[in-house]
Formats: sequence, C-alpha cells, structure tokens
Amino acid sequence: MNINWGFIVSSLPLYEKAAWLTLKLALWGISASLIIGLVCSVVLYYRIKVLERLVRAYIELSRNTPLLIQLFFLYYGFTKIGITMSENTCAIIGLAFLGGSYMAEAFRGGLESVSKAQIESGLSIGLSNMQMIRYVILPQAFSVSIPPLGANCIFLLKETSIVGAIAIPDLMQVTQDLIGIYYQTFEALFMLVVAYMILLLPVSVALTWLERKVRYAEFGN
Amino acid sequence: MTIKEKGQVLLEIAGLKKEYDGAVVLDNINLSIHRGEVVVVLGASGCGKSTLLRCLNGLENIQGGEIKFSGKSLTDKNIKWQEIRQRIGMVFQNYDLFPHMTVMDNILLGPLKVQKRDKKEVLEEAKVLLERVGLFERRDSFPRQLSGGQKQRIAIVRALCMKPEIMLFDEVTAALDPEMVREVLDVILGLAKQGMTMVIVTHEMGFAKAVADRIVFIDAGKICEAATPDEFFQNPKTERARQFLNIFNFK
Repeated sequence: MNINWGFIVSSLPLYEKAAWLTLKLALWGISASLIIGLVCSVVLYYRIKVLERLVRAYIELSRNTPLLIQLFFLYYGFTKIGITMSENTCAIIGLAFLGGSYMAEAFRGGLESVSKAQIESGLSIGLSNMQMIRYVILPQAFSVSIPPLGANCIFLLKETSIVGAIAIPDLMQVTQDLIGIYYQTFEALFMLVVAYMILLLPVSVALTWLERKVRYAEFGN
Repeated sequence: MTIKEKGQVLLEIAGLKKEYDGAVVLDNINLSIHRGEVVVVLGASGCGKSTLLRCLNGLENIQGGEIKFSGKSLTDKNIKWQEIRQRIGMVFQNYDLFPHMTVMDNILLGPLKVQKRDKKEVLEEAKVLLERVGLFERRDSFPRQLSGGQKQRIAIVRALCMKPEIMLFDEVTAALDPEMVREVLDVILGLAKQGMTMVIVTHEMGFAKAVADRIVFIDAGKICEAATPDEFFQNPKTERARQFLNIFNFK
C-alpha cells in the first residue's frame, strides 16, 4: 500500500474551503426548500383553488427532472434569454426547486396525519383557523414529518455533489481537479468521502435527537 | 315527579332536520333545554343521538329547522361559531386531548388564547377544577401518561375551564374500561348537583336514571319519547322504548 500522506495534508485547506462552500449552498437550499415545501403543503392540505393546480404541476415538474438538468437550465439556458445569475445563486435555486417538492410531500404527510377528532376538539374550545394551525395542527404534523424532512435534508446535502457541473468549486469539483492535476486519485477520493462523512454525520445525529424529542404525537391522546 | 322548571329556555331546537347525502339522520327534532336542566339522550347506536349533539355546537351543519341558543339563532348565516363554542362545552367519546401538550396546557389553551383571560386567574380556576376531579398532581403529565378515565376527567376540566353555559357529553364513558366509568360519571353527577345545564348522550342506564331531569329517547332520527326518568324507565309509553329498555334487563 502506497498512500501519499503528504499530499493529503497539503490539500486539506482546499477541502476545508470546498466543504464550507458545500455546506453553505446546502443550508440555503434546504432552508428555501423547507419554506417552499411548507407553503405548498398548506395549499394542498386546504385545497386552495387554482394554487392547488399550480403546486401540483410544480411538484410533478420538480420530482420528474434531474437536478443536473435543472442546474443546466438555470445556468446555461436562462442566460441565453437574458437572465444571468451567479453559479451559487443557480445552485441554491436548483436545490430549492428540487427540495421544495420533496419537503412539500413530507409536510403533507404530517398534516394529513392530524385526525379530524383533534380538529373538532380544537373547534369545540373555540379556536380560530389560525390558532388551530398554530397550536394543534402544526405541532402534531411537524412531529410526524420530522423523519422524512430529515431524510430530505440529508438527500439535498448529498445532491450538492453535482453543482460542480456549473463550475462551482465544491467538494466534488475540487476532488476532480486534484485528480486531473496530480493524478492522486485514491487520496483525493478518500478525502472526499471523509469530508462528506464529516458534514453528514452531525446532521444525522442531530436529526435522530430531534426525532426523539418531538415524537409525542404518536403516543395516542 | 314533574319536569323541573329551573330557569328560562337556554337552548331551543325546533324542527331540526339533518341529512347525510340525502339520507335523513335527524327529522323534526323539537326540544327545549332550560337553564340548570340535565337532559339525557338515549337510543340505539346509529339512531342519531350523537349527531344531534354535534349539531348543537356546529360540528355538523343542519338542513332544516332552527336552533336557538340564549335567544340567538345558530342557523343565522353570520353566526360566529367561535364565540358560541366558547359558551357550549363539549366532551367527546375518545377524550381528544392534545397529545403534544401537558394536562395544564391542554386546559389553558382555550381560556388564554381564545378568551384571552388573565393567566393567574385561569391557573387558579384550573387548580380548583383539577382538585375537584382529583388530578391536580397530574398537571404536568402528558395525555399518553394517563389512563382513559383520567384523560376523560381532564377533558371535562378543559371544557369547564372555558366557563360554558351548557355542557354536551357525547358517550363519554363508551371507550372506558368498566372500572373507570364510575370516576367519570361521578364528576358529571357533581356538575348536575351544582346546577350545570347538560345534554348527555350515554348508554349507562343507571347513570341516566340518576342524573337526568328528563330523558329523551330517539329512534331512527326522531324523538320517540320524552319523559322524566321515573316515567321512562318504569312505564315507557312506546313499544320501541320498551324494546330498547328490555335489552338492558337480564333475568
């Protein structure tokens, strides 16, 4: 076995920088997709006219096209019709566009799990619609939605690995560059795997903790 | 014994009609409930007695007739159900406490968020009510940590803390183990003694006899018989009521 440890140490700063960039893109993308998902799920749950159709169309479009193609469209396509965005903006919009539909489905599952009896119980003490959403529906829906939401967060973080396709120096792109220049294929890929593990492990642990903390809704009433 | 004339009419139901997809569930229901009166609604499963109760606080819309609460028509298009429901307490068969809130938060939600009352005052009231049902020590428990009977007593306290003018009980002991039925019924009996106006749907005949000022027997969506408990249980006038009561007699 012949591992070039010197190469690994010397390229650490490059990986660190790339990891921060990956994390930043993922955080923005995930936050935006959570907001989009929540809005879409509420539209679906309350069957708000017209908007409901729009949301369904969006979800189909988003789930049935690959992120790579969404990114190409945003970055290379839109610039031809006069809409030019920075590569980072494109990556965040792309992640949000993809993630939004997944988050919407996760939230919707939670909303639909809140029983009619719970809502009637809230009605009978005079809660308004907004109070019902805030105090009864959302907390229970959230608790049911946490596992799929968490899975989506991890999925989106992993999906950032293709933003290199629009020239963003993320972890994957840096690895490919290093392989191209120095031909240290094993070392570069090894660092890549470790870097993703370092990013994702804390997220997984945090989500498991959160899941346990908010799992009250499944224990009957 | 005659029907107690306790106070003025609080709830007046006239010609109420309820349909589900064309099937008539309640037909021409006429019933006046006076302040301080306890009306027990009896009838076989599916006769419409729970539906009647649900119509009274707007959980079901009605297709005909009128319901007046404290002189106000509940069939008015501009009716603000949120306000009416604060004055009509309801307790359900399956307790339906909010599982993500402690006992105390369950009780405080309505008074604090809906009625916007002073927290200190409501806490004091909640304490008195919880002590009365013997569950003050459980105020920080979650519903999942309580037995069915305890949950139901909490659900009653939650409704009472809104200071309702009338309480509706929808088969509140039907989901309970037999040994827990008593603790819940005792709470309701206590309320009757204090003069709370109540409409109670139940299958507990002994309890109905003890608590009711008036028995209303519903069959196939219609009021078949309305009488004092003594009259109804000892000398039912209709054949249908006699059949119904026979189910509960074992010899």
